[in-house]
Amino acid sequence: MRDDEIEALTEQLGVILTHAAQVSALDTHDVPPTAHPLPLVNVLRSDAPRPSLDRDEVLAMAPDAESDRFRVPRILDAP
Amino acid sequence: MTAVDLADAVRRGGRSASDVLEEHLAVIAARDAELHACNLVTDEQARAVAQRVDAAVARGEDPGPLAGVPIALKDNLCTQGVPTTCSSKILEGWCPPYTATVVERVLAAGAVPVAKTNLDEFAMGSSTENSAFGPTRNPRDPSRVPGGSSGGSAAAVAAGYAPLALGSDTGGSIRQPAALCGVVGVKPTYGLVSRYGLIAFASSLDQIGPFATTVADAALLLDVIAGHDPLDSTSIPDPVAPLVPVLDRGVEGFRVGIVEELTDADGIHADVREAVERAALTLEKAGATVDRVSVPSTEYGLSAYYLIAPAEASSNLARYDGVRYGLRVDGDDVSQMNARTRDAGFGDEVKRRIMLGTYALSAGYYDAYYGQAQRVRTLIIRDFARAYEQFDVLLSPTSPTVAFELGAKTTDPLAMYLSDICTIPTNLAGHAAMSVPFGEGEGGLPIGVQILAPALGEEAMFRAARALESAR
Repeated sequence: MRDDEIEALTEQLGVILTHAAQVSALDTHDVPPTAHPLPLVNVLRSDAPRPSLDRDEVLAMAPDAESDRFRVPRILDAP
Repeated sequence: MTAVDLADAVRRGGRSASDVLEEHLAVIAARDAELHACNLVTDEQARAVAQRVDAAVARGEDPGPLAGVPIALKDNLCTQGVPTTCSSKILEGWCPPYTATVVERVLAAGAVPVAKTNLDEFAMGSSTENSAFGPTRNPRDPSRVPGGSSGGSAAAVAAGYAPLALGSDTGGSIRQPAALCGVVGVKPTYGLVSRYGLIAFASSLDQIGPFATTVADAALLLDVIAGHDPLDSTSIPDPVAPLVPVLDRGVEGFRVGIVEELTDADGIHADVREAVERAALTLEKAGATVDRVSVPSTEYGLSAYYLIAPAEASSNLARYDGVRYGLRVDGDDVSQMNARTRDAGFGDEVKRRIMLGTYALSAGYYDAYYGQAQRVRTLIIRDFARAYEQFDVLLSPTSPTVAFELGAKTTDPLAMYLSDICTIPTNLAGHAAMSVPFGEGEGGLPIGVQILAPALGEEAMFRAARALESAR
């Protein structure tokens, strides 16, 4: 990001965070957190193979693909 | 014509789906250069679908409850082989290898998808001005916003492109644009509608829902898309009762509560507050009892939301890394490639929210921000539960104001966020809520009144909505 972008963003994020931090005004010492509105836990299906996405169709949309794989710049020994 | 009447006419052979389609495509062609509600008009695909519907009718088959009805789809719903961009440069030109469950269901019901509609980028926004492809304009006044993030879908229905549209709602993104454009918009109970194929913004808050010009049409569409989907592990497993048969049971004996903290909030304009009072009177005349109710924690909804939603978004949007799909900007190594891709591909609002979310989840701040917001979420759920012990449905404004002018809030993110103070608490609670057009305010612009119901309280909510609509 450019310096002027960083400056503008710092100010905006500061304003937003100050507003969001209002949540600390509430007393929640014995209140459990809610991560999710439904009481569903560990929704599973039977371990049976099913058709998946068509590999060629998926690779056709990749920015760079080679030999049935996604091709990326080097990962190891990166500076 | 309404979707109910159109489907009836097509099913009986009185009108052809192909003719209905051409009429609607003509409306799109006449208006979309100005309104820009559509990212893509899918006319070729629509003609093929309409022909299949007509062929089915000719064979004496029933094409389904949405027979031949044109429908617009928000461009964060995956449509196999058809570009799905989330109005972002990072997905420009990307075609999904699969189709969203809700789209499969409306197709199976005989509907004819006509367009992928514009949205705030990755559904983050309240005006559709955050689209990377230019804003959508409000059909009621093109110098004003249609609301967001589902502004394109709301405008499409308001402008007559299609009687029906699908949008998504994470903090109000169906209901608020519905209010600003003068149409019906519904956020169903969390888990009622499958999210499979909805490109995720905040997974514990997102829901897909209908736009329509009438309550009956919204119910018709919701009945088609609702119900368990094994492909979405957050989808409610139990069967769902259809809404269409119960719409006109009335509100005799309903206890209606006007939510004080939302209706009396700073920033609610007088014309909007007055519409809520008139709606309450209308329900009273129809046999309900009305009172005011306090749901105290809803005052903290916006703050909690702007910690939870960005946190979940920062995780969900990590996948846009230039590796498997979408934009790639090259780099010397994969980290540089990731950074350059995301810098080039994401707009300002998306970047703001990813940074906010990452911060709220970071070590040392997690408990004070995200953790505390989750506990506030519990308080909101408890306060609503207490309210619903005494009331069947609640009332509030949908949007604090009528549609504002393009550019009015783009330099002040917090001012934009305040558009959603009335809608956000429902998403946090996982409950149902809908916006029903109810009169006009400043400048003759439409006002929407919000009806809220507890989780799986859609029947009561729709019956109240019908009562409001019947009185206009």
